[in-house]
Amino acid sequence: MADNLAPLASREGPEPGHLFRLRRDPEHTAPAVPLADYPAGGTAVLLAPGDDARLLIPHLGALRRIDIAFPKFREGRGFSAARILREAGFAHEIRAVGVLTVDQLAFLVRAGFDAVLPATPFDPGVAQAVLARFPHVYMKAADAARPVWLLRQERALATPH
Amino acid sequence: MYRYDEYDQAIVDARVAEFRDQVARRLNNEISEEAFKPLRLMNGLYLQLHAYMLRVAIPYGTLDSRQLRMLAHIARRYDRGYGHFTTRQNIQYNWIKLEETPDLLADLASVEMHAFQTSGNCIRNISSDQFAAAAADEIADPRPYAELLRQWSTLHPEFSFLPRKFKIAVTGSATDRAAIQLHDIGLQLVHGPGGEIGLKVLVGGGMGRTPMLAHVIREFLPVADYLGYMEAILRVYNRHGRRDNIYKARIKILVNDLGPAEFAAQVEAEWAQLKPLGLDPPPSELARIAAHFAPPVLAADAPVDIDLSNPEFANWVAVNTHPHKVPGHAIVTISLKAPGEIPGDASADQMDLIADLAQAHAGDEIRVTHAQNLVLPHVRRDALFTIWQALHAAGLATANLDRASDIISCPGLDYCTLANARSIPIAQKLAVRLARQEADLGELKIKISGCINGCGHHHAGHVGILGVDRKGEENYQLLLGGSGAEDASLARILGPGFDEDGIVAAVDKVIGRYMTLRAGPDERFLDTYRRVGAEPFKEAVYG
Repeated sequence: MADNLAPLASREGPEPGHLFRLRRDPEHTAPAVPLADYPAGGTAVLLAPGDDARLLIPHLGALRRIDIAFPKFREGRGFSAARILREAGFAHEIRAVGVLTVDQLAFLVRAGFDAVLPATPFDPGVAQAVLARFPHVYMKAADAARPVWLLRQERALATPH
Repeated sequence: MYRYDEYDQAIVDARVAEFRDQVARRLNNEISEEAFKPLRLMNGLYLQLHAYMLRVAIPYGTLDSRQLRMLAHIARRYDRGYGHFTTRQNIQYNWIKLEETPDLLADLASVEMHAFQTSGNCIRNISSDQFAAAAADEIADPRPYAELLRQWSTLHPEFSFLPRKFKIAVTGSATDRAAIQLHDIGLQLVHGPGGEIGLKVLVGGGMGRTPMLAHVIREFLPVADYLGYMEAILRVYNRHGRRDNIYKARIKILVNDLGPAEFAAQVEAEWAQLKPLGLDPPPSELARIAAHFAPPVLAADAPVDIDLSNPEFANWVAVNTHPHKVPGHAIVTISLKAPGEIPGDASADQMDLIADLAQAHAGDEIRVTHAQNLVLPHVRRDALFTIWQALHAAGLATANLDRASDIISCPGLDYCTLANARSIPIAQKLAVRLARQEADLGELKIKISGCINGCGHHHAGHVGILGVDRKGEENYQLLLGGSGAEDASLARILGPGFDEDGIVAAVDKVIGRYMTLRAGPDERFLDTYRRVGAEPFKEAVYG
């Protein structure tokens, strides 16, 4: 039975074992409901690329996980969706689901994602290297990284004239 | 000009290390070519007809002599001894080996250069006015504003997977040498009501398959809100730009579909959301960057009158130099368009020579123009003869700026996988044919693209030529009446296309008719065309 189910599962989407998660809190495992079917009070929702993330803002108090779909590599709307949700104050998991490569990981994290369910699994070593790669960033985003203009300003203020 | 601090250098060095790792994974077959393609494209590495092509960013077209010498070194060490300057003020190398690209990028990083975002669906190299800080008509040097954009757009987490590529140009002058009406975003420095500097914001211009002129969506944007507003434009585009059809994915299509007023309203609404986030750096950051661009101290008493008794030199001075804002100085354009040569190509030896001249005579600066020439921006007039002699000896003293043989051309089918037809041989034939009479013709901008993507800016040509494939044969369409300057307009197709010899003959006929129609020697071809319309030219070519 299990042998028959395995290929079916991979045909339908990424396998749960591929999950790359940067959060320490327990995973919220409720299945994500498509936005069109989302019932008020539901705890997990799935945004398709064309969905307006702002429609979820009234529901952020109830939500524990928001999945955002990337059905193909050329899809980039999810980066805006995640950032909008973080700007609105959502602090629980935002999970990128779909055709994503390990080399996109730093972009995803800076846009507000803290979990990725890729179609093919990330090599954990490569993933850690990608996340550690850039020592500085140029712009504010959804993460806590401080842009270099802020570091420069602080340094200038600390330097006696 | 801008110099990296340790933060800029650390980011560029990390990018080199990242790409070295990505190339290693590809060479070890840990990733497929399909998976590697978007990674290499994010770093300007294309697979062309014969080899890899690497596009190196030249932010806002500004180089110092040390950097130009490095570009020469790269041409010798990694290519075949030459490079090709592009219409986005960048340089391309056409014969690159994948396994050598990490070392090449490390060499570039050693002189504060990179290939960030010179391809891919992201914000590309910011282009600007090649006469910045030298032109008398500018409000302020646009390059600090361009550098601020360069930093903001580098590895932007939200805008690195846009519907399509995204090009921004910034100018500080009313005379538009940066083609701001033909960019995804065009920015012009303007004075506000209190005399303060701000930005006029244009959106939705572009060439390619669906050429459009940009719309002004904001007459005056305060500098303090600069990046937040850019962020709002890009977010509206990223969320709502079309992704179902690659040919309708540029922002111009979205602006056109929504209408400029509705697009502007959506940007304002998004901006209202973003404003509280404090995305803009404090004024001290722009001031820090601007301090790097302080122009060289030029002697205000440098002599204006120089010996012009050598007629060839005098002609070059008349055609290829512009007045500098400081008396006794000039802006020199070095033509990379010697008739018969490949437009925009320079050999390593030529690059070294120009670097030497810039160091000795031009405040150590070189600019790349979108018309694929090089500029020495700050030159004493009494050094012009020395410079001209050196250029002349190196085959670089062609006096044809903005004239018929100063042709913009894409690489075309000689190199490019997208091309339908060759561009370079057409440019070479036309340049040789027209060079003899170009002094009589005055300003005449001919631009040639080898496919509908329009890298040769044919829609902005006074005379534009578009190579297409017609039943397996190269066919060339003739367009007239375009301009990429402050009087921007889109060229229109005159009639049925031609073969290679036919297009050269047709341009000849157009020019012959212009000579009989023009109101006087000062009326440019473009002005005659606008005055009389297409009909007389149609008759001359097809009649």
